[in-house]
Amino acid sequence: MGIETEYGVLQPGRPQANPMLLSSHVVSVYAAVHARSRARWDYADEDPLADARGFRLARAAAHPSMLTDEPEHPAPGAAPADDALDVASMERPVAEEYDDPGAATSILSNGARLYVDHAHPEYSSPEVTSPRDAVVWDKAGERVMLAAVRACAESPALPEIVLYKNNVDGKGASYGTHENYLVDRSLPFGVLAAQLMPFLATRQVFAGAGRVGLGQNGQQPGFQLSQRADYIEAEIGLETTLRRPIVNTRDEPHADRTRWRRLHLILGDATMLEVATWLRVGTTSLLLGVLEEAGEDGVPELATLTLADPVAAVHAVSHDPTLTAPVELADGRRMTALEVQGAVLDVVRARVDDPEADEVLDRWASVLERLGRDPALCAREVEWVAKLRILEGMRRRDHLAWDHPRLAAMDFQWSDVRPERGLYHRLVAAGAVERLTTDEEVERAVHEPPEDTRAYFRGTVVRRFADAVRAASWDSVVLDVPSLPTLQRIPLRDPWRGTKAHVGELLRTSPDAATLVRRLVPR
Amino acid sequence: MATEQHRARRDDHEPDEDATPPPASAPSAQTAEVDDLLDEIDDVLESNAESFVRGFVQKGGQ
Repeated sequence: MGIETEYGVLQPGRPQANPMLLSSHVVSVYAAVHARSRARWDYADEDPLADARGFRLARAAAHPSMLTDEPEHPAPGAAPADDALDVASMERPVAEEYDDPGAATSILSNGARLYVDHAHPEYSSPEVTSPRDAVVWDKAGERVMLAAVRACAESPALPEIVLYKNNVDGKGASYGTHENYLVDRSLPFGVLAAQLMPFLATRQVFAGAGRVGLGQNGQQPGFQLSQRADYIEAEIGLETTLRRPIVNTRDEPHADRTRWRRLHLILGDATMLEVATWLRVGTTSLLLGVLEEAGEDGVPELATLTLADPVAAVHAVSHDPTLTAPVELADGRRMTALEVQGAVLDVVRARVDDPEADEVLDRWASVLERLGRDPALCAREVEWVAKLRILEGMRRRDHLAWDHPRLAAMDFQWSDVRPERGLYHRLVAAGAVERLTTDEEVERAVHEPPEDTRAYFRGTVVRRFADAVRAASWDSVVLDVPSLPTLQRIPLRDPWRGTKAHVGELLRTSPDAATLVRRLVPR
Repeated sequence: MATEQHRARRDDHEPDEDATPPPASAPSAQTAEVDDLLDEIDDVLESNAESFVRGFVQKGGQ
């Protein structure tokens, strides 16, 4: 799994500043100061118009924002089943390729991708296998963004830039935090989407980041659980920038597509609270495991939770901080979001037999129980509760109505990545929120990849052989070794190959990229 | 650095009649804890909230 986060970008005092240029500065300055690698993104395997429902959107019919690839190269065939990583020759271009400054990309030594997505800098975390690791490398992304902010501040040639880990500007714009889960291809997409829907529509009770303002433009004063809820307009769909769906159908597994699909969820909020992020991906991945196990027939108890109108439920649940509003089910029953979550929890608990899952299951149960008693009991763990607590405190102390600009300002400042300015960071300093990670492990994750996925190979090669990495992507690394007549492309179609256990020794004992390539090529 | 000045005084609010009073059940210990947090926050809040909020303009993303 992995989390991609588009950050809000601002030049203080200059709202008209070009956000693409600012985002480009963020990526370039980080790459120059911290990353050293000049590797490009290898678009060869990307296919953003493939739809999980089994068809492809014609390029001509696609919104331009959906064309995230470069369709010049045909996708290579499936990886061989033998043990070593594969390597293939590629022509070395005669002319230097043109670098579009609006498409700045950097591949980091922790296996992540830092790049400009539309008008935002985005950190796409490396692939991880546990919800706790998802938190660690998500937090590492905040540090990467902070380092970029600092580097801009120190450079006289660059404007001051501030970055926010949030999802809305309160004026109609929203930018995403996408979760990606590798799911067994044999589970039919329709079953997957239908069975997930009640869970996804209601998980914001513990996963929401909280937002000041109701409606896409924040036109109504008030507070709601989720940043993204008002921008969700469809149940299922391919788009991510308009008519945003609860379940996105982009079928671009970045892996062998005969075996896996990538479930791409775009409805979630960026969260600063570690427990919130951990529970969001932990509960979702446990449920996915249950669905994979159940197969095409699905889980009968989950089918009974089918909502009458999931999109309306997303909005209604978000707009109810008392957590008492009922949502209507397809069979006519009415349940609260907490009751729907409780029913999903029961299903997962009954079907998961894994001691490692207990921590997530126990916390899920505990949070639901306390939210039902008094949401304030979760102020150290659930982000919207933590945010609402200080907003309500401010309202009480200074007699502010919900439309007072200071409350909207606090909502934005909540996610400022600078510890001396961000309100979340002030709460951490005051010991008011629970941490799951240590500063030391997050700092290590800024530089080092997870060891148990292919991100290990990608990140380690970028760190060890930066000058030789010509391009890379989620499922490939292209090496340019001057002594060889062609470029060397190493496909990484299997996310579980290229781990430390698999290639650690090979990498450790290769003094340079030329040796690595020589040892990969079969004799 | 105009928007970066630390808040020295709270002059950007007017008393509001409609503001909800604190819930009667809120224990005073919790209120005191939140007030301490607000003290932490006061000196990092934008000094001109209205212009900061107006200037927080983003392009839509994914």
